[in-house]
Amino acid sequence: MPYTITEKILLRHAKAKEIHPHEFIHVKVDVCLGNDITAPLAIEEFEKLGAKSVFDKKKVVLVPDHFTPAKDMKSANQCKALASFAAKYGIKNYFEVGKMGVEHALLPEMGLVAPGDLVIGADSHTCTYGGLGAFSTGVGSTDLAAAMVTGECWLKVPESMKFVFFGKLNKWVGGKDLILHTIGDIGVDGALYKAMEFCGETIESLPVEDRLAMCNMAIEAGGKNGIIAPDKLTAKYERAIKNKPRPGIGKFYSSDKDAEYSSVTEYDCRSIEPLVACPNLPSNVKPVRAVKDVPIDQVVIGSCTNGRISDLRLAARILRGKKVKSGVRLIVIPATQKIYLEALNEGLAKIFIEAGGVFSTPTCGPCLGGHMGILAEGERAIATTNRNFVGRMGHPKSEVYLSNPAVAAASAVKGKIAHPDEVI
Amino acid sequence: MPYKGKVHRFADDVNTDEILPARYLNTTSKSELASHCMEDADAAFAKKVRPGDIIAAGKNFGCGSSREHAPVAIVACGVSCVIAASFARIFFRNAINIGLPIVESVEASKRIRNRDVVSVDTERGIIRNLTRKESYRFGKYPPFMQKIIKAGGLMNSIKKGKR
Repeated sequence: MPYTITEKILLRHAKAKEIHPHEFIHVKVDVCLGNDITAPLAIEEFEKLGAKSVFDKKKVVLVPDHFTPAKDMKSANQCKALASFAAKYGIKNYFEVGKMGVEHALLPEMGLVAPGDLVIGADSHTCTYGGLGAFSTGVGSTDLAAAMVTGECWLKVPESMKFVFFGKLNKWVGGKDLILHTIGDIGVDGALYKAMEFCGETIESLPVEDRLAMCNMAIEAGGKNGIIAPDKLTAKYERAIKNKPRPGIGKFYSSDKDAEYSSVTEYDCRSIEPLVACPNLPSNVKPVRAVKDVPIDQVVIGSCTNGRISDLRLAARILRGKKVKSGVRLIVIPATQKIYLEALNEGLAKIFIEAGGVFSTPTCGPCLGGHMGILAEGERAIATTNRNFVGRMGHPKSEVYLSNPAVAAASAVKGKIAHPDEVI
Repeated sequence: MPYKGKVHRFADDVNTDEILPARYLNTTSKSELASHCMEDADAAFAKKVRPGDIIAAGKNFGCGSSREHAPVAIVACGVSCVIAASFARIFFRNAINIGLPIVESVEASKRIRNRDVVSVDTERGIIRNLTRKESYRFGKYPPFMQKIIKAGGLMNSIKKGKR
């Protein structure tokens, strides 16, 4: 029978001859992932069960990235719990501060996830790896605990929604805008329990880092996973990874022509401008030009959505030779140590610092209101992050607007939400 | 046994940042998490909630982050059951996995008001609104989930499977 790419990967990892949407299946996981917030709960459950070992020392990945470098004593204890657990059970892929990065940037960069993999992570943005053509989805701590013991996870086979993007991208429009446009169209529960498959000529020429940013925010529409069929660009991305833990470039799946979808939606990219998601939902999307004269106190460029080197290059292009508006704080956070070093070597860090910005060590930090840029009561930020819920970046009476890195950088210069054309 | 309690009513799209703000995610202590439950949606919630009380909400309850601390905090502060028009998927599986009873009913979600007293019978699939003298039906969990719930959560079901 015909299958979508999501169904093919699930079938490949299930003990079943065929699968259908809405069925419950047990799947083998290629990678299970936890961080300094979700893994401590999973470790407690793991130990309560009295498990003697993890199912595979190479397939459990632990990344302390949310409150690190540890922001306070309690966070330090949680990080210590990860380090101790990793040492006790011989977990190979534990990344200490200095080696770690924002998990969903780190795993693809290191080749720890590959096309065709089935990945679960106790972090909602685990859906990012769909950008490589993997099935990946966010789960909870108990799911992680169970997977660390059994190497398996229960899933309901999702229906798939197809999103076809065509037409040339406008200037300053990237993967972030495409996903904001989609969420704005279908709403924060528009893809509830479903797979979101992105395809079409625009996606075929979209760089892999933009694809990762798109799939990263599938959860913001309620999706189970976002996915893009791997292609030449994916192969090139995979081949460029040095010292991969696994040989090869993964397994490339694609949807059958007659596969079934619960919906098919087409978007003409020629009509998509740079966008912002206004408070307090990622679906509250408007063109940047429609929200003029919204003054800001802070700009954050980073996160698992847009903290990759192409994002920093884009921001630097806007900020080169410019100054951050007086009274505005610019915080730039490369997502991994490798990106940090690249930004130094390419002179991007210098551009940010000379513009009057902060250039930080990798952390999720401000995205979730953890540390490194918390908002005070009444303050407003524009960020390249993924959520703008009430209190997301700090005080419940602060506000977050979401955008791509070019818009965020232009806004830092203007001191208000601004279109890149206003600066360059 | 049915769950019976006073309703605390919330709107659509209540997200896990409101249920348990990230600033409190540096602990796994249940009592500490309970003391901040629903804080950014209703700052007084943790103080006024009583054992057995029920949360009723609109669509997409528990959207956002995967933090299991959110359903853990709801259980720890004594809430017996959550009723919503729909649940976000990670919250849904977390609730099943840790044994927090959750019920999807569009009708109940529409009709139930703040401070109504309701009882929820998960075996029969009936919610009775004792304040308004109404009842609403809901679909039972699929057998797969009933197994996890009966075992007392995912880890217990794994334990049983091992024996």
